[in-house]
Amino acid sequence: MTDLPATSEALRRIAQDPHRLGRLAHGREGPVAGVGHGETGPASKRIIVGYGFWIFLLSDIVIFSCFFAAFAVLRNATAGGPGARDIAEVPRVALETGALLLSSYTCGLSFAATNAKNLLWTQVFLLITGLLGLAFVGMEAQEFISLAARGITPQRSGFLSAFFGLVGCHGLHVTLAGLWLLTMMAQVQLKGFRPEIVHRLICFNLFWHALDIVWIGIFTIVYLLGVTA
Amino acid sequence: MSELGFDRQDFEGVQDGREDLAPGDEPEESAGHWVLNSNLGLGFSIVLTAAAFVLAQTHLIYGPAIPVALIVLAIAQMGVHLVFFLHVTTGPDNTNNVLALAFGILVVFLIVAGSIWIMNNLQHNMMPMDQMIRMQP
Repeated sequence: MTDLPATSEALRRIAQDPHRLGRLAHGREGPVAGVGHGETGPASKRIIVGYGFWIFLLSDIVIFSCFFAAFAVLRNATAGGPGARDIAEVPRVALETGALLLSSYTCGLSFAATNAKNLLWTQVFLLITGLLGLAFVGMEAQEFISLAARGITPQRSGFLSAFFGLVGCHGLHVTLAGLWLLTMMAQVQLKGFRPEIVHRLICFNLFWHALDIVWIGIFTIVYLLGVTA
Repeated sequence: MSELGFDRQDFEGVQDGREDLAPGDEPEESAGHWVLNSNLGLGFSIVLTAAAFVLAQTHLIYGPAIPVALIVLAIAQMGVHLVFFLHVTTGPDNTNNVLALAFGILVVFLIVAGSIWIMNNLQHNMMPMDQMIRMQP
């Protein structure tokens, strides 16, 4: 390592602050010398891209929290119509949950393959993720259609407006994420693992996992609490 | 060693491949810990999800405690997803993410708890509907 052309100052800085955050790594106190004077350089693009997308995800989750709040407030406003107990089909929700959880898993595996620079397995796991997402959206569409056939539509009551708003908003997110996934598969295939493509894959991963987190809230609060309460 | 101004032994395994990177370049990532994290996340999630569905469908625990149990299981599973799937860690590259997450949780809590609190108060103070109809001329 002594034959490297780096200066001892650069070596010290990189060793102490590998992500160029201006601080010592976890567990070591104090700032890195030279921070704030243009000497340590910016954080790596990977970290900055992930942080920016994380901010967007949090704002998206705030939007979902508004839908959750509306649902919580309106859950008893059934106007004599069907309540949560009448519309929740637990076996279908269990299947939907399983599909989305497995898709999160394969999405994580696809990113492991991306880090190993393995094109084939990245594409295979992305494809499985997309198919599981499609299965989820299909089951949800089927649920909405069967509810509509029984006359249970958003216009029926405040509760149903909140229900279709919340669950439909999540379904729409999964659908759009599926389109994004197809775009990413095409980009990985044609452009390979260029840094900006890997950054987009990081963002896609974050988005897909965040949708699964929102679904945890939905199946617990809308369906399971609806059946028990 | 001494002319470096620090003990390189402290940073064993940290330096490889990072010395000749231009700004904006990134060190290689390994695949192994992503696979391990995915496996752990899937395992924990399956256990927590199955527990939620079983508790909701059966009478294994005291009835009025079921909603609380379900919410606790959901929050636990969200934590599992954050750690194992979204890779929110305590490392130095994650400090900003954790701070943003904390702020996000605060906003979500204010919106949900505030809405429920205010609307319950409103409902409590409203005149029952049948009385309101009777008062109409």
